[in-house]
Amino acid sequence: MTTVESKAGERAGVARPIRVDKLSTTTRVANGVRVLVVVLYALIALIPIFWMASTAFKSRADVVHIPPRVFIKPNLEGVISLLTDRALLNAGRQKALLASTEEMPWYRRYMIERGMDITGVSPFVGRLKNSLIIAGVSTLAAVGLGTLAAYAFSRYRVPGKGDLLFFILSTRMLPAVVVTIPIFLMYRQVHLHDTHIGLILLYTVFNLSFSVWLMKGFFDEIPREYEEAALVDGYTRLQAFRKVVLPNALSGIAATTVFCLIFAWNEYAFSLMLTTEKARTAPPSIVTMLGRGGIEWATIAAGTLVFLIPVVVVTFVLRKNLLRGVTFGAIRQ
Amino acid sequence: MASAATAGARTHGRRRGLSDKQILWLFIAPTLILLILWNIFPLFYSLYLSFTDYSAIAGQAPKWIGLGNYRDILGDLQLWKYFATTGKYALMAVGLETVVGFGLALLLREKFKGSGFFTTLILIPMMLSPVVVGLFWKLIYNPNFGIFNYLLGFGPGKGPDWLAQPGTALWAVVIVDVWMWAPFVMLLCLSGLNAIPEYLYEAAVIDRANPWFRFWRITLPQVAPLLLIAILFRTIEAFKAFDLVMGLTGGGPGDATELVSVSLYRIAFLGQFDTGRASALAYIVLVIIIAISNLYIRSLNRVRGEG
Repeated sequence: MTTVESKAGERAGVARPIRVDKLSTTTRVANGVRVLVVVLYALIALIPIFWMASTAFKSRADVVHIPPRVFIKPNLEGVISLLTDRALLNAGRQKALLASTEEMPWYRRYMIERGMDITGVSPFVGRLKNSLIIAGVSTLAAVGLGTLAAYAFSRYRVPGKGDLLFFILSTRMLPAVVVTIPIFLMYRQVHLHDTHIGLILLYTVFNLSFSVWLMKGFFDEIPREYEEAALVDGYTRLQAFRKVVLPNALSGIAATTVFCLIFAWNEYAFSLMLTTEKARTAPPSIVTMLGRGGIEWATIAAGTLVFLIPVVVVTFVLRKNLLRGVTFGAIRQ
Repeated sequence: MASAATAGARTHGRRRGLSDKQILWLFIAPTLILLILWNIFPLFYSLYLSFTDYSAIAGQAPKWIGLGNYRDILGDLQLWKYFATTGKYALMAVGLETVVGFGLALLLREKFKGSGFFTTLILIPMMLSPVVVGLFWKLIYNPNFGIFNYLLGFGPGKGPDWLAQPGTALWAVVIVDVWMWAPFVMLLCLSGLNAIPEYLYEAAVIDRANPWFRFWRITLPQVAPLLLIAILFRTIEAFKAFDLVMGLTGGGPGDATELVSVSLYRIAFLGQFDTGRASALAYIVLVIIIAISNLYIRSLNRVRGEG
């Protein structure tokens, strides 16, 4: 069935393209303008991201230079500053350190040449680690539980299904600040405030509604006949689910996982309000911590770069599922 | 899961395994329990708190004050102003996003070489973390060395300080919001445009309908359901807006960009921790969001019913 459809699509696709030789000059010009506008928009929209990426590798002088410098000698000060704590060196100490034959890692020498010595790992590294742990574990939980629930919603007659699904979706529409006040009090009571497990649970719930909706869409597309055939072959329901349905839903599960990861990775409000130190993730600390002690733009840019790169890569990987993802699986391409 | 399956098999005969009903509840229960504990219970709890004078840091038990908080809030001109700012922000941002997004979708409708690649490039901003985006746009808006004023042709220090002037700050936030979310509107519109059957246009050409007529009578009505969903979705998000503003302006200068959720955060978690009052305000916001969400889900069901 799918092949027939795709063939029909191809035929329609072949019939559609505009025959350039048959176009009048005005249409051809209009078409050129159209492409030009799209390309221009894309390039302009990317300027902020390019700008940020280049700022991450600028020296202090280059960051504030007018006119903005595009071609710069890459400087790693910002990146190293993001990951380390440093102390200023006086000239004598700097000379002594540089003259010493002591074995030292290249980044330490790099900073000493610039008048600073590395005194330790920056707290931001811990925050990044928190982000990875919390986003990772909560995503696994949300996708796992969401997949099960979505399968049940897709295949069984659930009493009050419409209302339940509506309820599940509506939890996601709540503004974070509204939910956080009672959860803050609740967490304080049961000592989940500023803990990894507290944030993991909250992010799991936060992503669960999303993963249920998205996965239900994917399951709906897998023909029931597959499982029915398996049942006839003597599989139990659970075996059929595990050996027939899940393998067919793998690409959907992958897409859901990546979306949940991005949401948890980008999340700011919950972390800001429910953590203080131990379990704080990177987004709120990029704002508060990096601004500390004068604004070091190269460092901030390096911090945002660390944050943006994975997401940019993922956007390309997910491009086929993007529409689904951003509309909770409600609309399919 | 394997152990659950074997346990079920033992109690329920050899071949059938778990009954459908057992599987159903086994699969759904964890999700429902989590959602009830983390969403429903908190909602009732904060409804109760909204009728008290509770403060999370005062160390005193909540005292019932009836509708006192609600009366206070509705009489608070400052908060009315924040609601107005939020409404203005939603209107400006969603309006511009609709125009830009729909425009881009019309341009991208016919594929050209590399159009898929450029579409994906355009979509990147909406995947980014709003608070981080806010922070780096702060650098872009910087009046001395930011690239925004430079590209507009202002010399260093000569252009407006967008984030520091009450008149421009909200617009500055709106511009970033549009940069992030116009692609979202574009994505939905594109999917709507691609679903319009070709024969409608063929019929119109036979009838010698001009392009203007074709746009108003075919394209627009056919895209309308998806466009409406995009607009509703963005409106909900605009009313919830928090991250971006916190990263960009923190509500300033003064209270020029103080949106309701930013103010809510301040009341609940800074200064006096006025928990009761914040809960009441949260409920008012909630009712507004639920009203818009209802519209959203209803129109969604309509679209899905057709498709």
